[in-house]
Amino acid sequence: MTPFIAELAYWQETVLRGLVGLVAVLLPTGALVYLFLFKMMSFMQSRLGPMETGPYGQLQLLAEFGKFLQKEDIFPAKADRVVFAAAPFVVLVSTFLLVLVLPGGPDAHFIDVNTGIYFALAVSSVSVIGILMAGWGSNSKYSLLGGLRAAAQLIAYELPLVLSVVGVVIMAGTLNMKGIVEAQAGSVWYIIPQFVAFLIFLVSIQAELTQPPFDMPVAESELVTGYLTEYSGIRFLLFFIGEFATAAVFSAIGATLFLGGWHIPFVDVSSEVMNWIGPLVLAAKMILIAFFIFWFRITYPRFREDQLQQLAWKFLIPLSLANIAVTAFFKVVF
Amino acid sequence: MPQLPGMLVGLGVTAKTFFKTVFPDGPTGPPAPSKGAHTVQYPHVKEAPPTRARGVIALHQDNCTACMLCARECPDWCIYIEGHKELAPPRRAGGKPRQKNKLDRFDIDFALCMYCGICVEVCPFDALFWSPEFEFSEMKIADLLHDKSRLADWMETVPEFPAYEAGSEQKVRKVPAT
Repeated sequence: MTPFIAELAYWQETVLRGLVGLVAVLLPTGALVYLFLFKMMSFMQSRLGPMETGPYGQLQLLAEFGKFLQKEDIFPAKADRVVFAAAPFVVLVSTFLLVLVLPGGPDAHFIDVNTGIYFALAVSSVSVIGILMAGWGSNSKYSLLGGLRAAAQLIAYELPLVLSVVGVVIMAGTLNMKGIVEAQAGSVWYIIPQFVAFLIFLVSIQAELTQPPFDMPVAESELVTGYLTEYSGIRFLLFFIGEFATAAVFSAIGATLFLGGWHIPFVDVSSEVMNWIGPLVLAAKMILIAFFIFWFRITYPRFREDQLQQLAWKFLIPLSLANIAVTAFFKVVF
Repeated sequence: MPQLPGMLVGLGVTAKTFFKTVFPDGPTGPPAPSKGAHTVQYPHVKEAPPTRARGVIALHQDNCTACMLCARECPDWCIYIEGHKELAPPRRAGGKPRQKNKLDRFDIDFALCMYCGICVEVCPFDALFWSPEFEFSEMKIADLLHDKSRLADWMETVPEFPAYEAGSEQKVRKVPAT
């Protein structure tokens, strides 16, 4: 990382990394929830949203946090207690692991693995286990149905997600996320040549995050709130943070893959200054992609379960396979 | 995909509402969501309810004959009426004293009331009226039981009965609202 970190002791560095990791997950999450879920959603419905806590309701998140902390942590009588208690942490761990490989600059990263994007996509699937645990451990029919629906949906949309990324990887010639950013800096941001893949990626992360219109697992009109039904207090809050933190991280991954990550035109991609402004550039691009996620979320009504599966298996997967074939063709020919 | 144009229209609707809310004075004006939003920030800004809004039920005591029709028709049984018979002086000299129903108690429990307005509809003597007032919340649920003097106080907030259209004078109520 930056030079001064080299002078720190190991434990100091570890604590620092932990704190930076927390900030890197919680700050974008709070920003997304306040900007989009509270404010943009309200404006799109011609209302103001939270206005009482702080100027323009800016402290509303703290108020919500305090509210959830005060609530009782209820376990259903016949719940599988260990599984029930552990489920939100599994979901959250998957989110935190995603942040690890996300580069914010030439040296501003937690770990630099050569299979970065592969690692990210693999780790994002861990949250399915957490959701299944929540569905099973709650010992409630709504939770179980919600958990199974979530598992079916996440597995279905994992495929187009991975396949849409393959096009980018073919173009960049590397799985390393830093390598992908540098490859984009060398040619052009991949949103232009890989526009179809970008659209597939947007739809797939929408479904991966179980955001409306893909929120069958938490369809409140039929399943109360799906796998969240029996959760209360801090554990519900952890699921909530996990959901929106994953939205933030997936937006950042999308920004890295398609919008050039921390790269901005006319600035050398590996210059020292990018370590400092790079994370801000990445955050700005992340907010741009998250804007689309939340815009779709606010606009569209929910898919029916069979429509949802049809879209994935009959439309997105063939389209992404075709995209891979075309990309590979151009890569070989030109 | 045939659904695609419709989906784009949907995105346009939300985007349009967004800009109308944030920029009520057009794109050149300053962002002013408090002006553009259709909602009102209630405790700070009070919205004048429509005159015929169903806020609270007012009682015109002099018109009530304790006939109990409202109490019997009330789906929630939230109206409590007690009365006794009284002798009133005769209309003409030498006549027999009239018998009148005197109202002892007329309570409406607004904790039970569901604001259906059947009592107002059913009253044959125009003793019950809708008032658009809505701010009568209480710290204790028992205080939501309004007695007859409190119900009579609401009469001041009852709007004037709107004039009928021309040619229907014979339908005008004999008893004025106040």
